[in-house]
Amino acid sequence: MKRLASTLLAAFAVMTTPAFAEPVVSDFTLDNGMRAVVIEDHRAPVVTHMVWYRVGSADEPPGKTGIAHYLEHLMFKGTDKIAPGQFSKIIAANGGQDNAFTSRDYTAYFQRIAKDRLGLVMGMEADRMRNVNIRQEDIVAERDVVIEERNSRTDNNPGGRFREQYMAALYLNHAYGIPVIGWREEIESLDRDDALEMYERFYAPNNAILIVAGDVNPDEVKALAEEHYGVIEPVDLPESVRATEPPHLAARRLEMSDPRVAQPRIWRGYIAPSYVTDEGNKAEALSLLSDILSGGTTRRLPKMLTLDTDLALYAGAYYSGMARDMGEFAFYAAPKGDTTLPELEGALDWMIADLLENGVTEEELARAKKSAIASEIFAQDSQSAMARQYGAALTIGIELDEIKSWRDRLEAVTVDDVMAAARDVLVPERSVTGYLMKAESKEGADG
Amino acid sequence: MRTLALALAASLAIFPAIAQEDSSRIKEVTSPGGIVAWFVEEPSIPIVTVQVEFDGGARLDEKGKEGAVNLASGLIEEGAGDMDNQEFAAKLDDLSSSIGFSAGRDGFSISVSSLSENIDETMDLLHVALTETLFTDEAIERVREQVLSNLRSQENDAQAQASRHWYAEVFGDSSYAVPVTGTTESVKALTRDDLLEAWGRMVAKARMKIGVVGDIDAETLAALLDETFGDLPEGEALDLTPVSVRETGGLVVIEEDVPQSAVVLGHRGILRDDPDYIPAYVMNYVLGGGGLTSRLTDEVREKNGLAYSVYSYLYPLDRAGLYMGGVATANARVAKSLELIQQEWARMATGGLTQEELEAAKTYLTGSFALRFDSNAKITSFLVGAQSANLPIDYIDTRNGLVEAVTLEDIKRVAERLLKPDDLFVVVVGKPEGMESADSLMEGIDG
Repeated sequence: MKRLASTLLAAFAVMTTPAFAEPVVSDFTLDNGMRAVVIEDHRAPVVTHMVWYRVGSADEPPGKTGIAHYLEHLMFKGTDKIAPGQFSKIIAANGGQDNAFTSRDYTAYFQRIAKDRLGLVMGMEADRMRNVNIRQEDIVAERDVVIEERNSRTDNNPGGRFREQYMAALYLNHAYGIPVIGWREEIESLDRDDALEMYERFYAPNNAILIVAGDVNPDEVKALAEEHYGVIEPVDLPESVRATEPPHLAARRLEMSDPRVAQPRIWRGYIAPSYVTDEGNKAEALSLLSDILSGGTTRRLPKMLTLDTDLALYAGAYYSGMARDMGEFAFYAAPKGDTTLPELEGALDWMIADLLENGVTEEELARAKKSAIASEIFAQDSQSAMARQYGAALTIGIELDEIKSWRDRLEAVTVDDVMAAARDVLVPERSVTGYLMKAESKEGADG
Repeated sequence: MRTLALALAASLAIFPAIAQEDSSRIKEVTSPGGIVAWFVEEPSIPIVTVQVEFDGGARLDEKGKEGAVNLASGLIEEGAGDMDNQEFAAKLDDLSSSIGFSAGRDGFSISVSSLSENIDETMDLLHVALTETLFTDEAIERVREQVLSNLRSQENDAQAQASRHWYAEVFGDSSYAVPVTGTTESVKALTRDDLLEAWGRMVAKARMKIGVVGDIDAETLAALLDETFGDLPEGEALDLTPVSVRETGGLVVIEEDVPQSAVVLGHRGILRDDPDYIPAYVMNYVLGGGGLTSRLTDEVREKNGLAYSVYSYLYPLDRAGLYMGGVATANARVAKSLELIQQEWARMATGGLTQEELEAAKTYLTGSFALRFDSNAKITSFLVGAQSANLPIDYIDTRNGLVEAVTLEDIKRVAERLLKPDDLFVVVVGKPEGMESADSLMEGIDG
């Protein structure tokens, strides 16, 4: 016991940052413009193979929300070579697992499989890059599946619907305000032509990024990639038609009540620079700021709102900066006991005002840096998480040298940088504040 | 299109060449004081992960004090020795380490991750947390409020509601009938003495299973095991007498105003040490275990677009085996989905598998086994799970052989023995159309 306390005190005084073991990463570009990154991990004889397309829900034409995600579902229906419904079955019969996901800026497909099956999955993925075969009879059933997915994720749950309303309010003009899965009313009328139009415009080698992580040799990966992907012709990519976001001049407020809300909560968000749009180190500074505010129970928000004042059950902040066009900085909290949402909002406002007036300390910043660097080391344990991290970064436009220099940029952030970024982003008239409340049911009101 | 599938099938013959994580890397380390851990040395990333499982968990809760084990487990990070919860959290933070915990139906589990350079101090903190937990009134109330908030959320979550009712009806009097979290009523009534008593039952050397993976050597680990766990109370072995499981089918409809109904269904299954467990596991992979490739997914999702997610699984608890399934689907389509599920249950019970399905299941299950060992965290969790299930240390070498040995006759025998479509007990939460509670599923759908 005693020994422990003194060791720890000594460790604290030094505040050393941990040794950093760099992951082994290499890259190449095929003649047709397809980028590739190889992340070596020789611990197990398996591989994660991913193809990322630079197209997401933010690229959908008006009136067609959800088409990027719906297309992702339809990509499993088969190709000229793969019989309907057989894609995932072939992967499974080879001991592999596969799936896909769609986001605002990208759509990605992946398989996890024994390393000697890499050529097989590359062949299948390359095949469906240009040769998908969507039959009319799959269209309706799969659209119903997507609507059930929307029910599960969003419509059955007032928290999910509230989040959707908040995002729609946060963005005045940009498609980041649209839910990735789409608005239900528009999903219901999506058809085969909509999907194929998206597919033909965006699914091409010069709009794709290949990520291979695992027990592989980069030269072998390159040879396989040339064989399977290198033969695909590039296409003329459409010019990006994304909307711009006008200045935010008026604070917006939302209130939503639902009898199924179990735990009321408050949400407060601001648009922020992203790792892509920011030219300096604001993104790194905002990421450190979010750790200073809520990276654990000793940080400002949990400490003040849950422990010191006992106003909240939980409270936190996050910075979401991995996005092509802009990021988001947000706060959230759930009131405890008799605390009202306006009281909680008052406490949050006070904390933000205090932050802007009195700043953060050197010690807070040092802790946040150390925790960010340790997280990067722990993240290396997961092959698929590493693959995702690199895939997302490259797809939105962050280059490998920027990933490599991330630690230097992080270490260079000063207290002044953090405060400059905070002042830049936490501007009241640019904020959206949402209350999610429990509606009294009729029985409750009568009684 | 058939040709590709056939070519792939032909290539499967060479498949078992895949090099698994082999048992020679798994060491059983016994400390001078007699503490046993299963261990894999993995120096490639400078981290160590430790998982400790105390068999028992929420089933050690006494009648009327349900939720005591869960609440007590939440106190592990709320202060210990001379540290309050802020000091404890700050010390973990200084070390960049984390200690997570969770209470389950049959076990209380602790996960530690640490940079290898800090593993001594981290385990020192775990030792203090296990042996000198504070149980201050303030911490108890804080964790109690969090648990009550979770319970409130679950009361409004259709899936959680369906699950709660299913277990209550199927287990009647045993402790498995109540969720791990307890009920709002039982949690409110828990006293500090109840929690101390629960803690005394939960933490026992006789029921401790330890797995360690990472950048540490066996000798250092052995010493750490004694320092961390040496002075824990010995405790008693668990009562493994089987508890009774509802034997009759039925349908319970609980009305909730949601667009999508949540369905939990199931009946008796088998225990993990049953000789039929592996054949049953292979059979279930085809019925509803294999994600996008299962019969349930084919019928309910792919052909009819009725749901995003439909599945079945074996759930071997320590004192009862269950065979479970579930689906979430729009209120208008619940009856149809359930008819299809029951139909598939019956088709498997009477017909078993085709040779082709059995082969595909085997190649998936043997080939994908390696995917369970591609991160330190996953290997750690396997090491603990295998010990809790009383599997031999070389199971990793023998397991694929057990799967390969399963025959069509085994599947037929096991399917007849286990799958009882008329005994399915089904709970639906939502507003399913054309359904009402009844003594059997079919009766409830027709009525």
